[in-house]
Amino acid sequence: MSTALALAAEVRSGRRSAREVVEESLAAVAASNGELNAFLTVVGDEARLQADAVDAAVADGRDPGPLAGVPVALKDNLCTRGSLTTCGSRILEGWRPPYDATVVESLRVAGAITIGKTNMDEFAMGSSTENSAFGPTRNPRHPGKVPGGSSGGSAAAVAAGFTLLGLGSDTGGSIRQPAALCGVVGMKPTYGRVSRYGLVAFASSLDQIGPFATTVEDAALLYDVLAGHDPLDSTSLPSVPEPTLASVHDGSEGIRVGLCRDLVDGCSPDVAARVHEAADALAGAGAKVEEISVPEFAYGLSAYYLIAPAEASSNLARYDGVRYGLRVDGEDAAAMNTATRTAGFGAEVKRRVMLGTYALSAGYYDAYYAQAQRVRTLVMQAFDRAYESVDVLLGATAPTTAFDLGAKVDDPMAMYMNDVCTIPSNLSGHPAISVPFGTGDDGLPIGVQVMAPALGEAILFRLARVVEAHAPQAAGS
Amino acid sequence: MSDHEERAPGRVTLSREDVIYVARLARLDLRDDEVELFTAQLRTVLDHAADVAALDLAHLEPSSHPIALQNVLRPDEPRESLDRGEVLAAAPEVEDHQFRVPRIGGEAP
Repeated sequence: MSTALALAAEVRSGRRSAREVVEESLAAVAASNGELNAFLTVVGDEARLQADAVDAAVADGRDPGPLAGVPVALKDNLCTRGSLTTCGSRILEGWRPPYDATVVESLRVAGAITIGKTNMDEFAMGSSTENSAFGPTRNPRHPGKVPGGSSGGSAAAVAAGFTLLGLGSDTGGSIRQPAALCGVVGMKPTYGRVSRYGLVAFASSLDQIGPFATTVEDAALLYDVLAGHDPLDSTSLPSVPEPTLASVHDGSEGIRVGLCRDLVDGCSPDVAARVHEAADALAGAGAKVEEISVPEFAYGLSAYYLIAPAEASSNLARYDGVRYGLRVDGEDAAAMNTATRTAGFGAEVKRRVMLGTYALSAGYYDAYYAQAQRVRTLVMQAFDRAYESVDVLLGATAPTTAFDLGAKVDDPMAMYMNDVCTIPSNLSGHPAISVPFGTGDDGLPIGVQVMAPALGEAILFRLARVVEAHAPQAAGS
Repeated sequence: MSDHEERAPGRVTLSREDVIYVARLARLDLRDDEVELFTAQLRTVLDHAADVAALDLAHLEPSSHPIALQNVLRPDEPRESLDRGEVLAAAPEVEDHQFRVPRIGGEAP
């Protein structure tokens, strides 16, 4: 399979037409999406028009952009003007946003072609894509397994070869964990580095958009297109982003790597073994690897599952049946609101909205929400201490390989445990990436996670590239 | 609703009544079997959070955000906004270029 970098070069030079590339992608989706359910919506006509525009630019000698003709899968919580955007929820079924997310516009300017919108846990709440109102997505590596979540559709689309690139959102690991379970690269940038204008909000102090790709180089290429200041997002960082693609092959010589025991020890033995092998590979490639412990990470999960639901309970108050989406009639406005939300939200969304409402309610605010925010400070300080002695941290992305469909749907706490290794970077707002690194005892993919300090994307991709270069060959490839 | 003040942090047991109360605040209508299920499930999550609730962190400031937020201002210049027709086209019910809603409680119909 080609890479986005190679494909864009071929399209830019006129050796391949964007139209031909898009037709191949659409054909692959038509052949297998029925089984996988990675895409909820395919925008074939728009994709062909976009491809023809790229081909016309090439023919006219205009620059078609760094992602010229590269098909992309968009998570269905990214607003696309005039195209369905459901967030995996009945409450937004049929909604067509009146505007594009900034990242959608960035992709268009870069010449990328949106193929469609991908399945997800409802409002990004979940770790398996089983909480979608439109049925689960299956893992392309094994149809009986989940793809992870919440961005499981985008991860599966890239893993299945429908597209070379995808976009997801990561609030507690929702890019990195499905990347690990599907055997692709998934990266969460620094909080504020990529505009969230047009990303449907889940937990606003944690949400971040980021790339999926089949290689670290492609993830860096896509990240460079996405990163930058956006006046339409008040949390967008004003500084000019450091390019990452140019330095992705600079290696790990002399870089200090902290193998974080706390993000390995609780994992299944095969996952732990791969992380240790990745650490050995980095040491062999000139990095200075030391084991470190950050015990404060242990409190991250509990803090996250108070903070994220609290923010969600506030953000999701907007689904009131008035301005967009579902309305179920009631005799007065309050009854209409209640009937709409009761019919429109699935069980996990209801759980989290209630949990968040409870954590914010009088009598519990200090014990739960304020306390969780203090834990957030604790985790952020722990990261700062760790980064006094190392440049990057290494750990597992997910505690196990992909699990069976249905295995954890009735046990929310077991499902939440999937996020234990990814949550710390959301609490701190730091960048992190999952890189495929061999397989487990069951033959399914395992992801190794690299974490870096705020705005450390360049060194993050460099280290990730070294990990990737030393990864054992995946079974079947 | 049960008495909150007697409960020490980390020793909270979520009651059925708490779930009914919170669902009402969140504008959700739960069937009896859902109340049972959600009470048990939310209790499990809160029990797990007891480790956090029990920590002595009085010396730490709460963090609401990973970065220091600043007020963002821009010049007050007119610019293009969303198309009204496009916005209203997405609404469940529209009348006279406005969102139409059922009567608000207490008002005359």
